Amino acid sequence: MALPKHASTLERIWHYVYLVICGLIFLFLIAPILIVIPLSFNSQPYFTFTKEMLSFDPAGYSLRWYDTLLTFGMNAPNAVRDGNWWRDVWNNSTWLQVAGNSLWIGLFSTILATVLGTLAALGLSRPEMPYRRAIMAILISPMIVPIIIVATGMFFFYSSIGLANSFIGVIMAHATLGIPFVIITVTATLIGFDHSLTRAAASLGANPTTTFFKVIMPLILPGVISGALFAFVTSFDEVVVVLFVADFDQQTIPRQMWNGIREQISPAILSVATLLVVVSICLLTVVELLRRRSEKLRGITQS
Amino acid sequence: MSDTSTDTGLRTVDGQPLKKALSAAQAKARRRAFLLVLPLLAFVIVTFIVPIGQMLHRSVYNADFTIHKDFGTREITPIMTNLSAWFDANLAGTDPDEAAFAALAADLVVLRELRAPGQVGTRINYEVSGTRSLFTKSARRAERLEPPYKEALLDIDEDWADPALWQAMRGASSPYTANFYLAAVDLARDADGSITQVNDNRKVYVKLFWRTLLLAALITVLCFILAFPVAHLLATLPLRYSNLLMIFVLLPFWTSLLVRTTSWIVLLQSQGVVNDILVTLGIVGDDGRMQMIYNQTGTIIAMTHILLPFMVLPLYSVMRPIDPSYVRAARSLGASSWTAFFRIYLPQTAPGIGAGALLVFILAVGYYITPALVGGSSGQLISNLIAFHMQGSLNWSLAAALASLLLAGVLILYWLYDRLVGIDNLKLG
Repeated sequence: MALPKHASTLERIWHYVYLVICGLIFLFLIAPILIVIPLSFNSQPYFTFTKEMLSFDPAGYSLRWYDTLLTFGMNAPNAVRDGNWWRDVWNNSTWLQVAGNSLWIGLFSTILATVLGTLAALGLSRPEMPYRRAIMAILISPMIVPIIIVATGMFFFYSSIGLANSFIGVIMAHATLGIPFVIITVTATLIGFDHSLTRAAASLGANPTTTFFKVIMPLILPGVISGALFAFVTSFDEVVVVLFVADFDQQTIPRQMWNGIREQISPAILSVATLLVVVSICLLTVVELLRRRSEKLRGITQS
Repeated sequence: MSDTSTDTGLRTVDGQPLKKALSAAQAKARRRAFLLVLPLLAFVIVTFIVPIGQMLHRSVYNADFTIHKDFGTREITPIMTNLSAWFDANLAGTDPDEAAFAALAADLVVLRELRAPGQVGTRINYEVSGTRSLFTKSARRAERLEPPYKEALLDIDEDWADPALWQAMRGASSPYTANFYLAAVDLARDADGSITQVNDNRKVYVKLFWRTLLLAALITVLCFILAFPVAHLLATLPLRYSNLLMIFVLLPFWTSLLVRTTSWIVLLQSQGVVNDILVTLGIVGDDGRMQMIYNQTGTIIAMTHILLPFMVLPLYSVMRPIDPSYVRAARSLGASSWTAFFRIYLPQTAPGIGAGALLVFILAVGYYITPALVGGSSGQLISNLIAFHMQGSLNWSLAAALASLLLAGVLILYWLYDRLVGIDNLKLG
């Protein structure tokens, strides 16, 4: 947005003020996320920059909080770091356990949400779909209904059918929460889909299954993958349902962070946060690349 | 065209009327589309609609006064049967006579055997506080009671004569009740069964609903004020730059909620970064550090940050296609830049403002995690109270009634969103 040559002085001043305001808002958006990264390398148990850190003295920085993270929950954290020590880490480190749980729960709920969601999106994007609007409203509602209500309902439901405190219960709950994201991203991809391609495939003798895997799938794949990533992040970041329906065995990363924040917040939480920020940067990069690829496939060019 | 003309008119190769063949083909296509959606629909109904239905049922149903379920053997025994029979035989407002106290005494003996006085006492305690111990205490001595039961029970505790207690027991003797909804809006039934306001010092829920609405509205306004300039800048920059700057909006969107909440705790606490900067700059003294977290301020700041992307994205997608030549035309016709903005540009962004504001408001009204972690006591919202009743006080029916009221509000807003914006237009990133 360039300033025109004929702009008055007042307009010029306003233009720069406006840019500064925008800069400050961007700072408000991004600073809280980036601030945890340097603080997680603090050598002191403080949540602020020490004098050593500000003068870039190496003594002010350390990996001690990452070490705390790894050794928390171990039988013998202070033993010599040999093969046995690492076995102890693998078997007993609390954060590794919960990270494993998070990954498995995330993986299975993502598969469930993506497979069912993609199929449904294919149906929903057909013009002949009956009751389209009402069904769409039901399928999107897990995103809109407050999470505390979902968790309360699931607590009653799972207790009555004996799924409380089980992995299957958590996975099903997380899949439900991820479904709206899959539906939204996949139907958005299908809006630009040229249905004469499937007719062409059919006229050339392909059956519906072949058409799906050879023609439709490659074209909508970027949308499906973004939807799957959304579903994974939803599960990976979910804490309230886990609080209500999961037991000690099904603790996840956010659940453990919740404990850490509520009980006694230590800079070790900041090192988890830093790792999660790195994960989200990776995910965002993948999603952006996919979006560009999808736009290219659909013939939308960037100006 | 009438039916007779198609019967005699066009036919397909195998001799069927064309109209019939077409409708058969269309029905098949509809069925196929529906079958694709069916597995997911069934899944969502089982894992989402049924649980919510169960919660709604729980909000009007509480059998703690009528049924005892053994945790070990899962055996179900009806309890308080004698007293229920007396309530059925006598109208509301009847003073409890000797027969009523005899029924109560007999029921207390059964309770003692089942070890269930706590359950019944807790149920009545929801409505008349301080009565739980009354039940446990009396049940302990129930076997040794002798007629006349009225005097014997009053001997144990004078409170057994309280008409409010008898009204509460009458209400609880039928498992279906609207009393939890009354409690959720600070109402109660008095001794003769009519609905009244509860004492001023026990009025919490209506106040909390108002606070939730006000905070959600405030957060929506703040999000709008912050999102508008940013979305405008992103929409008017060339795509090359705006895609880069978009990262600033999308990265928070993709970052874990708990990470963002943690960051705000780190930034805003009294020994945190913001206070340190203010002290270093000399704006506040070292002893005058501001309390910005674990109160309402903390909730507002953190939630505004977390919900901001939900406002920027709809605004951006509406602003991007706005043609700048309208504003230029207005300027060339003599409008000041102020007038051109308010009369020409702003009205064109209205759909985006509506979509973003509704979405942010809907999400803010039901927010739980952030207020629970940074809200202290003044920054709690209605969701936090639902969680408290679910996990703390274990008054599940009241939690369900509060949740149902919140759900009703959210569903109305969702319906409004669908009518005004259309859920098809919901976009993420």
